[in-house]
Amino acid sequence: MVDSSGDPLLRVENLVRSFGGIKATDNLSLDILPGELHAIIGPNGAGKTTLISQLTGQLMPNSGAVHFAGRDVTRLPSYQRSRLGLARSFQITSLLPDFTAADNVALAAQAHDGHSFRFWGAARKEKHLRDAAQAALARVGLAQRGDVPVSELSHGEQRELELAVALATKPQLLLLDEPMAGLGVTESARMVALLKELRKEVTIVLVEHDMEAVFALADRITVLVYGRVIASGDPDAIRNNEEVKRAYLGEQHAVTSHG
Amino acid sequence: MLVLVEQSLNGLQFGLLLFLLAAGLTLVFGIMDFVNLAHGSLYMMGAYFAATFVAWTNSFILGILLALGATLLLGIALEFIALRHLYGRDHLDQVLATFGLILFFNDAVRLIWGPAGLSLPLPAWLTVPVQIVPGVFYPAYRLSIIVVALAVAALLYIVVMRTRIGMLIRAGASNREMIGALGINIKLLFTLVFGLGAALAGLAGLMQAPILTVQIGMGENILILAFVIIVIGGIGSIRGAFMAAIFVGMIDTLGRAFLPDLLRMVLSSAAASTAAPALSSMLIYLLMAIVLVVRPEGLFPAAKR
Amino acid sequence: MKSHINVRNVVVALVALGLLLLPLYSAVTGNIFILTLFTRIVIFALAAASLNLIMGYGGMMSFGHAAYLGIGGYAVGILAYEGIGSGFIQWPVALAASALYALVIGALSLRTRGVYFIMITLAFAQMAYYIASGLSRYGGDDGLTIYKRSTFGGLIDLSNRVQFYYLCLFCLFGGVYLIWRIINSRFGMVVRGVRSNEQRMQAIGFHANRYRLVCFVISGTICGLAGALLANNTDFISPAGMYWTRSGELMVMVVFGGMGSLFGPVLGTIVFLLLEEVLSQFTEYWALIMGPLLLLIVLFARGGIMGVLGRFSRG
Repeated sequence: MVDSSGDPLLRVENLVRSFGGIKATDNLSLDILPGELHAIIGPNGAGKTTLISQLTGQLMPNSGAVHFAGRDVTRLPSYQRSRLGLARSFQITSLLPDFTAADNVALAAQAHDGHSFRFWGAARKEKHLRDAAQAALARVGLAQRGDVPVSELSHGEQRELELAVALATKPQLLLLDEPMAGLGVTESARMVALLKELRKEVTIVLVEHDMEAVFALADRITVLVYGRVIASGDPDAIRNNEEVKRAYLGEQHAVTSHG
Repeated sequence: MLVLVEQSLNGLQFGLLLFLLAAGLTLVFGIMDFVNLAHGSLYMMGAYFAATFVAWTNSFILGILLALGATLLLGIALEFIALRHLYGRDHLDQVLATFGLILFFNDAVRLIWGPAGLSLPLPAWLTVPVQIVPGVFYPAYRLSIIVVALAVAALLYIVVMRTRIGMLIRAGASNREMIGALGINIKLLFTLVFGLGAALAGLAGLMQAPILTVQIGMGENILILAFVIIVIGGIGSIRGAFMAAIFVGMIDTLGRAFLPDLLRMVLSSAAASTAAPALSSMLIYLLMAIVLVVRPEGLFPAAKR
Repeated sequence: MKSHINVRNVVVALVALGLLLLPLYSAVTGNIFILTLFTRIVIFALAAASLNLIMGYGGMMSFGHAAYLGIGGYAVGILAYEGIGSGFIQWPVALAASALYALVIGALSLRTRGVYFIMITLAFAQMAYYIASGLSRYGGDDGLTIYKRSTFGGLIDLSNRVQFYYLCLFCLFGGVYLIWRIINSRFGMVVRGVRSNEQRMQAIGFHANRYRLVCFVISGTICGLAGALLANNTDFISPAGMYWTRSGELMVMVVFGGMGSLFGPVLGTIVFLLLEEVLSQFTEYWALIMGPLLLLIVLFARGGIMGVLGRFSRG
């Protein structure tokens, strides 16, 4: 499944981004191979969301480079990266609250289906957009919820909808920013099952705090602390890495025992 | 050459007046996140109050001081009755509500003072020309506007940068929650800041009154200039407002004074006298457009929230 | 299928019917004034509907919409002054000039958001106002009388009150229908999506500002048409007609009716202008009442008339 022989799908080189005097991303390099599920973990404030935002173009780095599918995308705005096949989900649910679930997904499909400078025909009546939306909703288990306004969906359903929206852009690489955030036990289990299915079809970068999920899903794991990579490797290597234990897992244990 | 000096001083004076207006606007916006279109009405009220009180008291100084106090009180009353209910609302709501206030004030003035404008005569001691450099005379009153406005600007700077109130104002502009956490009475602070803004607008209006006619709608054109200044200087930034106000005042005044002659060098006389007024009115907006293209957040943006 | 019969739709249908039958009423009662008044109302309703397209659906709070009324009007007035009386030339020029202005102003203003956008559209409209004041050949501050209304080769006579009213009403209904098609089209879905969550729309591959700008231009063009109608209605065009308070009034009409509802601006315009008419019959100082009323509506009746009717509709 993982193709480690060829070129990486995403290559990050010496990325730097600072806010004021603080380096949120500190000379970070990273390769994502085609077909892998690559988890990025790290304590709070390690710069994970900042990194994702630079990969998808919401945020521009101060220096360094991002290559996607052999193309330099470092300065590309987010809408152009999306067209190249980079999709993301947001840590804090970011949907169109005034629209139905199906509308949210249909718009994502529309974005990748020719141009949208059509002013006359009713978009909601375009069958292939509806079909694409329905398919993506079905993938995440929301087939029956298409006509429900986003504001009336449960938190768990909104997380699933985030995923459906990303999928509807037909991505080559899916960047998921804490898809399990705020989910209950059963909802989390459903999400893990869903990601297990998805990873067969699309390369995934997963930022997640749920360690159980990460170690169950990831082919490789990269550990960030203060914007730097302190370790990268397969789950076993990470589990046994002394520096990771010290810098991250120790704190994680402390956190879980508190909560 | 003499004309250039005189017009530059006029530009400086106009710029400083604009600053008084823009400073209040940008303070209120920076701290309360509130857009107050009726700021121009306070400017107008300052001028009307001054014309009235000077006539009543027969004393220029006393009348002006009374007018300043009246505008301050009006501002505080306005905040207390109506505007505080609009904090935290959509900017659109604020714009519409304060637009309603402008309509109200314009008609209230028409009802009280009548549709014809007023004039505010200067006392004799302020009409004498002062020799500022050998051979260059400048009206004492305009000079005193420059002095007063500079003094107020300096005072404002000291208050905002050096005092405890100023610290709160700056903290409020950058972090609204923090001020609450400090246990400060935010409502009172907001009322005070609004009153300060109103007094600054009133001051600008009453100082302008002897130079122009005091009339309905006088606050509206200058309010839009104040908006332009805020956009150029960066919203919420006092320093930006100061620089941009001087800049805009200079460009506006010098443009009006010299553009016709400059145009006459390249155009026919008739065409120049047609084009010049329009072009000099446009200069400021062109400047704003350029700033927008180069730096959409303004030239001196306030610290990020 | 949801039922389409509710209070809101019944009100809209009755108002539309009333507008259609108004000339009949005017003819039967001999009340010419009401026809004149409603011609004006219908024209402003078209302007408000165009503003609603960007405000209600696009989330762009433009405070400079009166500029298009002026541009459309001056296109008619200037061409008439220069001896070109045909509406087939005047009106396309009015639309094109409005579109061009919207394109330039929009491209600049859309670099900003929120309050900046409000202030900048206001400032640019004020610039247009000053330019109009500087047109000394065309009356400058005093404005320009239009001695002959646009001609359409004998197809329609704009000097005939009833014909002109129906032309305006046709433009209004056509404009509202056009806006209805637009907001439900692919383009409209994108524009509304951008209003709802710009970051999300960018992330799924839309260049948000491109859509915003096109929407801004469409809106300005429709309002330019209203400007051409208005100039024909008043036989006069002056900078005062594009003063910034006019832009504010248009915003008020939209909000009165209910932002982001298709027919709301039409209702809002009817209510606003009728109110102005009624108040000014009681007192010369009608704004003393209108101003505070506006404040109260903003404070207590969000959603406007359509919002209130909607509450009835839901029971």
